[in-house]
Amino acid sequence: MTATLLRRPGLARIRTTRAPLQRLCLGFVALVVLAALLAPWLAPYDPNAVDLGNALAGPSADHLLGVDASGRDTLSRLLTGARTSLLGPLGVVAFSTLAGVAVGVAAAWRGGWLDSVLSRSTELVFAFPGMLLAILIVSVYGEGLLAPVIALAIAYLPYVSRLTRSLVLAERRRPYVEAYQVQGHSGLQICLRHVVPGIAPVVLAQSTVNFGYALIDLAGLSFLGLGVPALTPDWGRMVFDGQSAIQHGYPLSAILPCAAIVLTVVAFNVVGERWADQVARRDR
Amino acid sequence: MREAPMEAGPGPGTGTVTSPKGEPSMRKTVLEVLGLHRAYGSVQAVDDVSFTLAEGGSLGIVGESGSGKTTTARIVVGLESADSGRVLVHRRDRTEHRRGRAHRLARAREVQMVFQDPYLSLDPRTPVGAVLRETLRLHFPDGDHDRRIAELLEQVGLGTREAAALPRQLSGGQRQRVAIARALAVQPAVLVLDEAVAALDVSVQAQILNLLADIRDETGIGYLFITHDLGVVRCVTDEVIVMRRGKIVESGRTAEVLARPRHPYTRLLLDSVPRPGWDPRGIAEARRAL
Repeated sequence: MTATLLRRPGLARIRTTRAPLQRLCLGFVALVVLAALLAPWLAPYDPNAVDLGNALAGPSADHLLGVDASGRDTLSRLLTGARTSLLGPLGVVAFSTLAGVAVGVAAAWRGGWLDSVLSRSTELVFAFPGMLLAILIVSVYGEGLLAPVIALAIAYLPYVSRLTRSLVLAERRRPYVEAYQVQGHSGLQICLRHVVPGIAPVVLAQSTVNFGYALIDLAGLSFLGLGVPALTPDWGRMVFDGQSAIQHGYPLSAILPCAAIVLTVVAFNVVGERWADQVARRDR
Repeated sequence: MREAPMEAGPGPGTGTVTSPKGEPSMRKTVLEVLGLHRAYGSVQAVDDVSFTLAEGGSLGIVGESGSGKTTTARIVVGLESADSGRVLVHRRDRTEHRRGRAHRLARAREVQMVFQDPYLSLDPRTPVGAVLRETLRLHFPDGDHDRRIAELLEQVGLGTREAAALPRQLSGGQRQRVAIARALAVQPAVLVLDEAVAALDVSVQAQILNLLADIRDETGIGYLFITHDLGVVRCVTDEVIVMRRGKIVESGRTAEVLARPRHPYTRLLLDSVPRPGWDPRGIAEARRAL
């Protein structure tokens, strides 16, 4: 099975052949996920507790990563922000994977006019920038995480459906599918029990890569002040809040969330790509 | 895991598998194929093919690649549709595709198929026992599946040890046994074997052919044997039809057709089998002349 994941040009250049890089990335992904899960217990302060007397303080024993312009502890905001910053992409990936697999399987299995309709309409979504769609939906529905998540999920659906379609087309040509048809199994049963489990690893690898992209897109949206409500700790929002601090010569509270976003996106990309590689090698 | 050494059976070319006694013409007809036509573009792949298969009988279809024998088999099974013509099993037309679960299951119980390549016809991710269980659950929802699986495995000469194995852990012969067991699980009236031993090496071929002959004696399932190998035809079929370019050029009792071929193409096929004193150049010339 040859699987080519869809990646954006800049990140496609990161090679995953070097062993330490992918192990490092896997470790980082695990670390971020753990931080998000355990944030309420790990965070030393309330992420929204304002201590104006300490505003823009540098790293100290009390505040390990310093304090932002509003006097909020940066470490606590980073840890708690990991929750929003990962939950959003998780929603995007969950929805786009489920819907994308359904669309891709239906298109490849039925073929004919249904394939044409589904493939052309997903390509239409491809042509429409996901961010623009998200901004449009947010401006209609107002603040809240749900609107941008749904918008991005629709924007990411073609990535998954296109990959799924090509994988299912290859899988359904294998004689075992015909054997099941002769046995009297329905197409739906064959798809659910045999075809989808067969292609799942590659699709999930694509979804892992998508997770990183969704994270960066959502961070971009909340940087623009769209989506995440003002007081919710979120990495993109933190970069936005940190702008004025950079102008005052205290860049730490903006640079740390930036670094967190970039490293997390790269880590998910490498892990996803590596996963697809392993699946391809195993099936050979 | 390797194929257990079974009876030291002779090669299929000199097979001595006994076929069931009795006149096929006296028995009831199970499969009736009437005037099948199928064209791919301008190529007539199947051109007015008709034949009948008696209950518990065994019919071979021989011909070289491209003679339309596989297309005929696929139409009988229902994997391809015919442009015209009818396929009747127990007088029921299976070419008219009615939708719905009951019709689908009924069609499956009429005809089952064993595919050429046992490496491809099994899902690489499903263990042997699960393959059989799936089929049994579909067709016999309230049966005792564990007992039936053990029975089926025993019938094809596999142990319960193989039930937990994935296809890649089995040899080619063992996989083809699994494929046969899967087809038998449905309890079909007709079993179509499309080059079912062609991918196996010669000693394993003999074992599988013996197994198939035994199963026919036990169950009375009718066989439709698609092959290019005249040795296989001699072994396991009562009657044979010879196809060339989509048409039937000769048909009759296997022993008679092979002993006294009337059509030059059948003679050519017989001469093409390598043996001492074999003249490949003469055959090539005869083929061009035909």
